[in-house]
Amino acid sequence: MMAVARVDQMRKSISAVMTTGTAVCTFAAVGILLVILSHIALKGVGSLNFRFLVDAPKPVGEGGGIGNAVLGSVVLLGLSSAIGLPLGIAVGIYLSEVGHGRLAGGVRFIVDTLTGIPSIVTGVFVYAIVVLPTKHFSAFAGGVALALIMVPIVSRTTEEMLKLVPHSLREGALALGAPQWRVVLGVVVPAAASGIATGAILAVARVSGETAPLLFTAFGSRFFSTDLNQPIASLTVQIYNYAISPYDEWHAQAWAATLVLMTLILGINIVVRILTRRRF
Amino acid sequence: MAQAWRKDIGFRAGTGVFALLLIGIVGAIGVELTLQSMKSINQFGLDFWRTEIWDPVAGEFGALPFIYGTVMSSLIALCISVPLSLGIAVFLVEQAPRLVARPIGFLVELLAAIPSVVYGLWGIFILAPVIRQYLGPPFERLFGWTPFFRGPVTGIGLITGGLILAIMVTPIISAVVRDVLAAVPGSQREAALALGATKWEMIRVVLVNGAPGIAGAVILGLGRALGETMAVTMVIGNRPEISLSFFDPSYTIASAIANEFTEATSDLYLSSLVELGLILFFVTFVVNGIARFLVWNVTRKTGGVGRAA
Repeated sequence: MMAVARVDQMRKSISAVMTTGTAVCTFAAVGILLVILSHIALKGVGSLNFRFLVDAPKPVGEGGGIGNAVLGSVVLLGLSSAIGLPLGIAVGIYLSEVGHGRLAGGVRFIVDTLTGIPSIVTGVFVYAIVVLPTKHFSAFAGGVALALIMVPIVSRTTEEMLKLVPHSLREGALALGAPQWRVVLGVVVPAAASGIATGAILAVARVSGETAPLLFTAFGSRFFSTDLNQPIASLTVQIYNYAISPYDEWHAQAWAATLVLMTLILGINIVVRILTRRRF
Repeated sequence: MAQAWRKDIGFRAGTGVFALLLIGIVGAIGVELTLQSMKSINQFGLDFWRTEIWDPVAGEFGALPFIYGTVMSSLIALCISVPLSLGIAVFLVEQAPRLVARPIGFLVELLAAIPSVVYGLWGIFILAPVIRQYLGPPFERLFGWTPFFRGPVTGIGLITGGLILAIMVTPIISAVVRDVLAAVPGSQREAALALGATKWEMIRVVLVNGAPGIAGAVILGLGRALGETMAVTMVIGNRPEISLSFFDPSYTIASAIANEFTEATSDLYLSSLVELGLILFFVTFVVNGIARFLVWNVTRKTGGVGRAA
């Protein structure tokens, strides 16, 4: 009897230790997040002011800002959205509404594969198909690279959102004599529109933090530019270049630029989360 | 009527074309990378994989230091991240009340929203000094006699890259494990508890049930760690030499491409870098394929939707 009681005690202790351990793991991860975010806020806020946001970079010691990088990021994100969103949504519609059997399975596998391809490899690919033939780095190449990263994310969320639309809606429309294209484009897609839009916004937030695929496509620039045929600056590449530079002033600017970028990305993530609390 | 039917065909074909285009793109990536690395493949053949010398000046290129650095940094990351992610997933699925699990789970997921270059910045200016001053020296004193913890501890090296990667893959692995655990039927838990199992013993039953899916989650994390670029490039030291010590600088495939691509002066140099990209492409392709297969098999049964994007 005594021995059984001791074994039971032992089992309960192990259980208590392990379940506490899992809580410790979780709070460690949350702690790391808070530490990183507070470092960004504390180190970034010092060099942040209006001129920093709108000025072009200047030589070390003369201040300068990230205005051209902000503009460049906007151009790159606009271009990649223009290419990536329609393509991604079309593939999502195909996967949910049109494709069946093996081919759809194959496409779904390809979408997953594309998600898993390291973004640096995407950069090398775009270098080979855009930069080599045109013989120069360009905003266009950067936009294509970001679009390729965007497509699988958008098509995945589009497919999931369309699948949430009840079948009775499709059947109702078909029963009224509507052809399939009208059912999908006129009934199913509008019913899932807010979900698809959410997925699109999250995809934009995701690629806004990409650096690797831009290094040898958009390349970077120290001037204001909106020319798609020329190299263009971006927030992320500027952060990278400043971070690995030997100058304290540029390090401070890298932190401030990071604060701007993180405010944007976290803002989008949190707003989307609050607006879609019921769905996700 | 006939016209509506024709439009339907057009609609189906239209979306189908985009889907096929996607297949074409992935195929084109493989073909284009192979074409661009032909020079290097012809020059070095299989020796590329086992040569330890990377000397752009002499025109000698071998991938071994990069393969070593990539594998080691990813393994370090997994050794830290897997137990951590399992703990997080178990806590969020099995223990925390719903009201707590949702916001906490969201915070863990936010770790995945932080861009790689931001992790790199944090790694250079916060983590590296902490390792140089506080974390590294005790290890060197205790284990410095083994080849793995030989100093000097500069803070920039394999271990820093591994640690950063561990933080980066934790939200990915824990999110997939959460889905996998949630897909384990509740009857398993009830049966274990009814037999008098403690909470932890019940959790072990759930973990064993989800084992294939958990393996998939880990492999998915591996795939992410292998291809992670910016953060690693910024903290790993970028020296193409194989050294057993975790404190020494190292180099990964992805960081070599990021760091040297725009500086590649000769065609052979560029071609060798593209071949590194080709290796990375195929390895992540296979690794992700295995992971998806394992995760799908578990979550599909109960209709769970993989969040593993």
